[in-house]
Amino acid sequence: MTGYLIRRILYAIPILIGVNLLTFVLFFVVNTPDNMARMHLGMKRVNQEAIDKWKAEHGYDKPLLFNPAAEGAGKFTQTIFFEKSVKLFVFDFGRADDGREIGVDIRQRMWPSLAIAVPALIVGLLIDITLAMLVAFFRATYIDYWAVIVAVAMMSISSLFYIIGGQFLFSKVLRLVPISGYGSGLTAIKFIILPVVIGLVAGIGSGLRWYRTIFLEEIGKEYVRTARAKGLSELRVLFGHVLRNALIPILTGVVVLIPLLFLGSLLTESFFGIPGLGSYTIDAINSQDFAIVRAMVFLGSVLYIIGLILTDISYTIADPRVRLS
Amino acid sequence: MGFKPVVLWTDALIYILLAAFIWLGIYVSRKEDLRASWRQICSRPMAMVALVILLAYIGVGLVDSVHFRRKLPAAEPGAESTHKQTAQYAPEVISLLDVMTDRLRKSVERTYSAPLATHSYAKETIEMPDGTQGRAFPRLKYGGAHLTDPERQWSDDVTITVVRGGLIGFAAALGLDAIVFFVLSQRRRIGAGAMAQSVLRGKTETAWRATLGTITFLIVMSAMAFSLSFHYHLLGTDKVGQDVFYLSLKAIRTGLVIGTVTTLVMLPFAVLLGIAAGYFRGWVDDIIQYVYTTLSSVPGVLLIAAAVLILQVYMDQHADAFTSVTQRADIRLLFLCVILGITGWIGLCRLLRGETLKLREMDYVQAATALGVGSWRIIIRHILPNVMHIVLISVVLDFSGLVLAEAVLSYVGVGVDPAMISWGNMINSARMEMAREPIVWWSLVAAFIFMFGLVLSANLFSDAVRDALDPRLRGRA
Repeated sequence: MTGYLIRRILYAIPILIGVNLLTFVLFFVVNTPDNMARMHLGMKRVNQEAIDKWKAEHGYDKPLLFNPAAEGAGKFTQTIFFEKSVKLFVFDFGRADDGREIGVDIRQRMWPSLAIAVPALIVGLLIDITLAMLVAFFRATYIDYWAVIVAVAMMSISSLFYIIGGQFLFSKVLRLVPISGYGSGLTAIKFIILPVVIGLVAGIGSGLRWYRTIFLEEIGKEYVRTARAKGLSELRVLFGHVLRNALIPILTGVVVLIPLLFLGSLLTESFFGIPGLGSYTIDAINSQDFAIVRAMVFLGSVLYIIGLILTDISYTIADPRVRLS
Repeated sequence: MGFKPVVLWTDALIYILLAAFIWLGIYVSRKEDLRASWRQICSRPMAMVALVILLAYIGVGLVDSVHFRRKLPAAEPGAESTHKQTAQYAPEVISLLDVMTDRLRKSVERTYSAPLATHSYAKETIEMPDGTQGRAFPRLKYGGAHLTDPERQWSDDVTITVVRGGLIGFAAALGLDAIVFFVLSQRRRIGAGAMAQSVLRGKTETAWRATLGTITFLIVMSAMAFSLSFHYHLLGTDKVGQDVFYLSLKAIRTGLVIGTVTTLVMLPFAVLLGIAAGYFRGWVDDIIQYVYTTLSSVPGVLLIAAAVLILQVYMDQHADAFTSVTQRADIRLLFLCVILGITGWIGLCRLLRGETLKLREMDYVQAATALGVGSWRIIIRHILPNVMHIVLISVVLDFSGLVLAEAVLSYVGVGVDPAMISWGNMINSARMEMAREPIVWWSLVAAFIFMFGLVLSANLFSDAVRDALDPRLRGRA
């Protein structure tokens, strides 16, 4: 099993290199530093001098891949590829266009993101699975039929509607919580509640349908018939057998998400003014700060790959067949 | 009046898609087993309701995809003989839908006005009847302009218009229903009355009651809507005074393009690479798997954002390459579809790879290999037809997700061009007005409702398609 995991981790390395090359091509070859400078300085009346100055200030004044002017290893290290792309591997993200250290910002901003994403995931999982179990219990009845239709209707509503509608109802009409903002320590709770609740409601539709399908698939299997034939009650069958066996497909979907929680949600955070990584990314996109977008792309991929490895580990724990083979 | 047809890039792709769908329809109608699956879909009332609504949206989208430029009226008859041959065309590209809703398009107010309002939303300094200046809500230029005394006449006028429109629509719908009854009864060789009876009781195999009911409902509703929109702004006007109903109709095409052209773009990649990976295995499989794992590990929104940012830079630098705003917006829409396609083909590719891995061990494939049939021939004749249901299901399932994604991407600022009319842009510009008092809710609600209708019907229909086509689910429902 250790060998298997080591192989999985080694397999992640070429993927990370691929992501790195992809971002390099996207951000420096397709869109040259000259273009970037021109965009930031404004399109009109920009001369080469100003462009060169901007590039020097932001460290884009080196050749892309090979620097013939430098000495020894510097021929390769004093290039944009090495300084901007290779350094991502050691999580050295460099500076944003406004001169702030991206790495410091990320470490600071990940906590508000987690404060919303973690409760939303845990409570959401509990609610979705409970509801799906209920619906699976009443399968092939009118309750099931209408629950699925309501779920489909709920997932057909734009997430923007949930956020805008929720803000309007709870903050503006009922005045239960502040519309947006964030506080430190325990004062943060009143800012967190609404985004979490809205995230839950918006997720119920697809969650319910997804878990219902998983449970129904398990219910159709032989061991369930055996359990019923033993004379177990339907509830014991559902909780003792179906739920435990459904854990494997549930884990596949959930574990891969856990590392990505750090990134937060773009929409929720920007609507509620939460200083997390999601709003950080959106601000970067809007101000066209390529350095931050690049850092977030790389960070996102790293987290996703960690999620894949964690999924494999969780398999070996949940399913003895994987562990033994 | 002359015109000169303009085929935008997305138009061309839509025509190709339409042709593909017609071909698919003919193909299905010739195969008995496929026909049986579609009959199962047709027998479900819910699926038929969804299909009718979906077709209504598609109809509006298609009408909006026929673009042309109007001929300008000749300046002076016989003024300059050299210019006689070359007719002048208006620079503005309009569509068939624009012609049909000409009144809506041109009745632009000054600023916001509530649905069916006769007065503007904002107070302005206007001249009073007695000649003095004062602050008041000015009358709208078009909304309810025919009323002499809006306060008293308004409610009567609206009621009468709605009822009249509804009756006309109902009569038209009944006529259509009668034609359908007649055609059906001719085919079954029973009396039209008996046919109508079995339809109304819901006894027919195809869910005609639900289908005709939805068609009737849609016709009545649109007749009411259009008769109202002759004299009023049915859903109000937006910040620059454009009719929200018109914007919502125009946005349908954008949503449909995002949902369908994206699929068209990604389908060749997904099918070709997925089947190749599963069929050839070995290093081909390794490379394809590596490519899609790498692409899928980049968070989708960020990849789209990066690509769109770069496109923006490119377009700013080559601004002269795009002759009109419409063309510029169209290229950006097409590019967005391509990017969404690049991030979206992975799921389908993975599914097809898995299925092909299973299929290539089947007896009939082994037999074909033993007989010396070439790889590509096996793929086209034996594997492709057997994975088509997966392709179709995922195409239909992806559609609604893509329509919803458009709104989110436009909010993030990496969606369609700001000049393009789309639900995302409508929501984005209306979002800021939630803080106003009284609240400007209509463009937001209109965009959400139109989007909800499309996505919900697509979702319900895709459920039915999946139930009918997925062999694992067949016979369970």
